Amino acid sequence: MCGIACLLLKDDSLQSRLGELMVPMVQAMEERGADSAGIAIFGPGEPAGLRFSLLAKPGVNWEDLAADLAGEVGADVTLGRRAGANGTIATLLCDSDPLVFSKALEAVVPSVALLGWGRSVEVLKATGAPSQMCEEYGIGNLAGHIGLAHTRMATESAVTAEHSHPFVPSQDLAIVHNGSFSNHATVRRRLEAEGIRLDTDNDSEVAARFLALRLGEGDSLDGAVRHLTVEMDGFFTLVVATADEISVVRDAFSCKPAVVAETEDYVAVASEYRALATLPGIELAKVFEPQPEEVYTWSR
Amino acid sequence: MVTLNCEGVGTREINRTLQSLPEGATAVLEAPGGRHNLVVGVSEPIKVQVMGNAGYYLGGLCGSKDATGLEIRVKGFTGWGTGENLMGGTIVVEGSVSQSTGASARGGLIVVEGDASLRTGISLKGATIAVAGDSGAMTGFMAQAGTILIGGDAGHALGDSLFEAVIYVAGRIRSLGADARIEDLTEEDVAAVKNLVEKAGFDHISPGDVTRVASAKQLYHFRSEHRGIY
Repeated sequence: MCGIACLLLKDDSLQSRLGELMVPMVQAMEERGADSAGIAIFGPGEPAGLRFSLLAKPGVNWEDLAADLAGEVGADVTLGRRAGANGTIATLLCDSDPLVFSKALEAVVPSVALLGWGRSVEVLKATGAPSQMCEEYGIGNLAGHIGLAHTRMATESAVTAEHSHPFVPSQDLAIVHNGSFSNHATVRRRLEAEGIRLDTDNDSEVAARFLALRLGEGDSLDGAVRHLTVEMDGFFTLVVATADEISVVRDAFSCKPAVVAETEDYVAVASEYRALATLPGIELAKVFEPQPEEVYTWSR
Repeated sequence: MVTLNCEGVGTREINRTLQSLPEGATAVLEAPGGRHNLVVGVSEPIKVQVMGNAGYYLGGLCGSKDATGLEIRVKGFTGWGTGENLMGGTIVVEGSVSQSTGASARGGLIVVEGDASLRTGISLKGATIAVAGDSGAMTGFMAQAGTILIGGDAGHALGDSLFEAVIYVAGRIRSLGADARIEDLTEEDVAAVKNLVEKAGFDHISPGDVTRVASAKQLYHFRSEHRGIY
């Protein structure tokens, strides 16, 4: 079991409330996955460069780290928002090629995990109770236009922040998964043969990398997700977000739940209705369950 | 009449209260908020109204052979396993239902005024299910006894591995499951559908104009030389 909660805001006036609306959704999904959690928040783009979301061990000195990275990358590195009781999460702003940045990060502090990057996305992950993550990272105060959250009950790989969802395999692309893939090792080998490096042994990361590859090859989001349903076997409800779109798909047997609520102001997707029950105007929303193997995509 | 507001009250407390009501009592559940396991294990013939959307297993393990007067009405939609293992009485969901509605239900009637998701009536053991709208893939999977009526279209693999249950479909059938076949409609079938349509309060189904799906009975006994047809 795992829990999914996703909110795409069509009404810009709700953007300042994205985090506030997401917190009860995540809390409602805590019973479905209480070992770890994560959220990707898509907000207004950075004017210059990319925003890198990092997770470090307690006691990290972000100022020193930013300076060291600037030296290694050869570009300015600005320290953005910090979060966490021990300041373990931070965003760094840098106008650099992501590959150069991640190599520099590995050279300077290999213990710091790169959770994701983009012009729009900020990624936060933690082990422990999802509601605790929300509180510790101040999720309720975050603004943006898409939030994609996951509460994890690990079945296929270790419980660490790096193994938790969302996976952000390329710029402004976030994926959460409830289920398990049965042929992930085969797809992993194929991806690795194409020179793609994976950060973890998690089956959902394989799906994330596969989608990133297809999108990189020119697929639309809808098309990439369709390809995934052909290539990957197993049980899945997948929700994929980019800076301005979200997609939902379920496997042929639809063993994993999904409920969609749509109003003029937002599209919300969750594992269970109770995660949607606190949204404004939910009584008037069009609520339905995605059909097996049908890809649903919404744009802002 | 008993009115229970679900907010701040534990699910067990709500169900214990309902279970302790005497025959003929009426209860209203307010603010269900999509909560799971509401109105579970109620065997006395009482009336319960749920004023909104409910979660998984609404009306599960309810009713009995003797308590046919139990009536549960949901003014909203419900999640997985609505009326799972229902023994008697009636559940009416005014909205749509999620997957596995009436799973293993032995008796009683479940009426869905909207659509039903996958596996409606899975392993049905004698109850009756009437869906006004569409029903998703694998409806009637392994259903052993009872009746399923679909007022709209049926999804893929309808009636897969059916035993003695019978399915009637007013709309189109996307595909039949293993060992399910379409059979001629008899006068008894038309009478049964007419009776069910009246009970469910549906006005869009013409009883003589439904498709009967039942078991071809080729899979009752497994033989290894037949494995190819599974």
